[in-house]
Amino acid sequence: MLSDITLGQFFPRKSLMHRADPRLKICLTVFSIVLIFVAGNFWALAFSALYIGLGMVLSKIPLKMYLKSLKPILFLVAFTAVLNVFYGTGEPLWQWGFLKVTRNGLLNCAFVSIRIIVLILASSVLTFTTSPTQLTDALERLLRPLSKLRVPVHEFAMIMTIALRFVPLLLEETEKIMSAQKARGADMESGGLIQRIKALIPVLIPLFVSAFRRAYDLATAMESRCYHGGEGRTKMKVLRFCSHDYLIIGSAVLALGVFIALNLIFPPAIAG
Amino acid sequence: MAFIDIKDVCFSYDLEAGVKKDVLHHVSLQVERGEFVALLGHNGCGKSTLSKLFNGMLTAGSGQVLIDGLDAGLEENQLEVRRRVGLVLQNPDNQLVAGIVEEDVAFGPENLGVPPEEIRQRVDAALKAVDMYHYREHAPHKLSGGQKQRVAIAGIIAMETSCIVLDEPTAMLDPRGREEVMETITRLNKEKGITIVLITHYMDEAVRAGRVVVMDDGRILMDGAPREVFGQVERLKRHDLDVPQATELCYRLQAAGVNLPAIPLSVEECVGMFREMLGGRADERMDS
Amino acid sequence: MSEWILETKNLTYQYSAGTPFEKTAVEDVSIRIGKGEFIGVIGHTGSGKSTLIQLLNGLLRPTRGQVLLNGRDIWQEPKKIRAVRFQVGMVFQYPEYQLFEETVLKDLMFGPKNMGLSDEEAAARAREAAAFTGLRPELLEKSPFELSGGEKRRAAIAGVIAMDPEVLILDEPTAGLDPRGRDVLLAQITQYHKKRGNTVLLVSHSMEDIGRTAGRLLVMDHSRAAMLAPTKEVFAKGEELEKMGLRVPQITKIVQELRALGCPVDPSTLTVDDALKQLIPYFKQKLPGKEAGPHAV
Repeated sequence: MLSDITLGQFFPRKSLMHRADPRLKICLTVFSIVLIFVAGNFWALAFSALYIGLGMVLSKIPLKMYLKSLKPILFLVAFTAVLNVFYGTGEPLWQWGFLKVTRNGLLNCAFVSIRIIVLILASSVLTFTTSPTQLTDALERLLRPLSKLRVPVHEFAMIMTIALRFVPLLLEETEKIMSAQKARGADMESGGLIQRIKALIPVLIPLFVSAFRRAYDLATAMESRCYHGGEGRTKMKVLRFCSHDYLIIGSAVLALGVFIALNLIFPPAIAG
Repeated sequence: MAFIDIKDVCFSYDLEAGVKKDVLHHVSLQVERGEFVALLGHNGCGKSTLSKLFNGMLTAGSGQVLIDGLDAGLEENQLEVRRRVGLVLQNPDNQLVAGIVEEDVAFGPENLGVPPEEIRQRVDAALKAVDMYHYREHAPHKLSGGQKQRVAIAGIIAMETSCIVLDEPTAMLDPRGREEVMETITRLNKEKGITIVLITHYMDEAVRAGRVVVMDDGRILMDGAPREVFGQVERLKRHDLDVPQATELCYRLQAAGVNLPAIPLSVEECVGMFREMLGGRADERMDS
Repeated sequence: MSEWILETKNLTYQYSAGTPFEKTAVEDVSIRIGKGEFIGVIGHTGSGKSTLIQLLNGLLRPTRGQVLLNGRDIWQEPKKIRAVRFQVGMVFQYPEYQLFEETVLKDLMFGPKNMGLSDEEAAARAREAAAFTGLRPELLEKSPFELSGGEKRRAAIAGVIAMDPEVLILDEPTAGLDPRGRDVLLAQITQYHKKRGNTVLLVSHSMEDIGRTAGRLLVMDHSRAAMLAPTKEVFAKGEELEKMGLRVPQITKIVQELRALGCPVDPSTLTVDDALKQLIPYFKQKLPGKEAGPHAV
């Protein structure tokens, strides 16, 4: 069913990673992604993988879920891996026509694949342990300085909140309308591309009409609950740094030191 | 002074340029603090328009709407009026803003700039008052219709509103959901003294109010205690309004010459009355 | 009844079958519905009635068991399932949300045209259907979005009737309507049933509505068909229904209580008129002394 699709893949648990301040988690994730990109050799990459792995363990979410999150990008990993295997330089280990596999190519292939996988895992740790509302909330706070530049940060955050609330609803509604039109003999499964697009009109028009009606209702409800923009608004859940957040920062600084050292000590893995 | 004081209000919509549709004709209505008023009438009789005048979502064409002494028509009173009168809409899906129950309930107080610790207290208290505390961390779209409506009500109580206007809150619910919502608003009215204005088509819901106002074609047709209003079976039927079956039965029995002590408004009342009338055997039944 | 138009055999449906989220919505339902019957379907939310009706017109495919239409398994040739949907018309809850065409007439023609009818035939069907639901002819040229709530509802129902289905299934057609709209719509559905002689399945939470329209009732409880019997028989079992979270019409409840008090009234009385016929003579005879002369009310 369409409505089974969830946005973000939040798994509510009680873990250190869940309790960590979402702003900190966002910053750390961005930071890790940058580091993974600048990791020059296997040692540094392995270390960042280890660090992300620690986060995964601390999140108390089964490894199976993380592996599942890799599924959609397996194709991408395979694709880049194949490219890298054949584009290596140096002595070929194996050759067939113009295709050759070199030691250097194999290394590159492994390096790039691991890099992509660790990247995805890093962002999974963030989305698995942080609820969508916490994410929007944290983003709003992190981006708040931009509102001085007249960027409507609060409005963007509100739009995201509402989207997160209404997307499952609209998906459900799409399903209902499709059933209703199918009951009137609408054929959505056969025909060429143009026919299929045409067949969507009886679904899309009611969907838009309904979305506008909902928007109108929601606006009424929000206004009658005294919504008047971001000005003077408070928040029930105030984001506050706690002792464990400082612990995480400490560990991150330490890890950064080790990472830089590893990056400097060992020679780069990829030539060029 | 009445909490809601509507004086000679007219209202019309612009259909097209120059064409107007009158919705309310010189309506006057007073609602006292702590009252439970049911507003009945057909679709298009003007009751939804009236409900939106109560909290300044619409402004009267002429006449005056005073809420707790504040003119609801004035822009500068808007926030104060909405803080006093909350609105619950028909569609339970369309009025919840946040993706988590407790965050939705917090929406109103957040808009009012209430300090965080106090919001937390208010949200918890409001959720307990509608018996939804247990669901505070759930996503609204996983709740039943009745539960969603109770969350919407909690969102209003959390603003410490003294009056809730509900515009057909049970129309889209199943019988269980309807009962949940009715039980909740009846309790809020009794225990917390919250003024309730309930717009509904269901007579069995209206019977639970302290006062029933019937509207037809933009005017107030009847206004009184449920017993007074529903006693006028003929008049209600003439306007195609529903009468509870118990009431209709007894009214027509009486009309046929059977002398009944009263006209009941519910099945329970009706059965109780018959039990007393038919005497002796009733006691046996009560023991069993 | 000579012929069964719809029949289910051990019909079972599971959502997300084969996953950890598997949930049985309809379990082992075997029912038979005769040609021209008016069946009321009751059951509280989550009892499986919505899933069942979607199985009946092939919108869902059974996990196990069969749906027979005129004795033929509707999934015998999955490619022809659309034809089944024309024969078993389905009006969903709040059907007005499916309107989409520029004019009401075009919208009513959507179903018939999907059946492969010509424009003229489709338009004729549409006009006929509109008449059944009491849509004034001048409304047919308007945009469906200009209609009032009640008119939209009737247009949407007409859109299904226009396909002239042998079986018409309506899922809570009166939900959200005011008493006037509800009564008119119910009368039109009854009329349609009488005139066309087609089979009608009406799903409703209102026992009063069901009581005055349906000939037989299908009671769904915990995914199973708990009862399928004449309306009077079902409502005579008030206590059993209450255990399933259902109730009997108010008037039936009153006569049943009266009966317990010793009044010889039919416990399956379904309408106020029926109740009055029995109760006026009874009370007049029972309480003659108290009568205060003819009432001029």
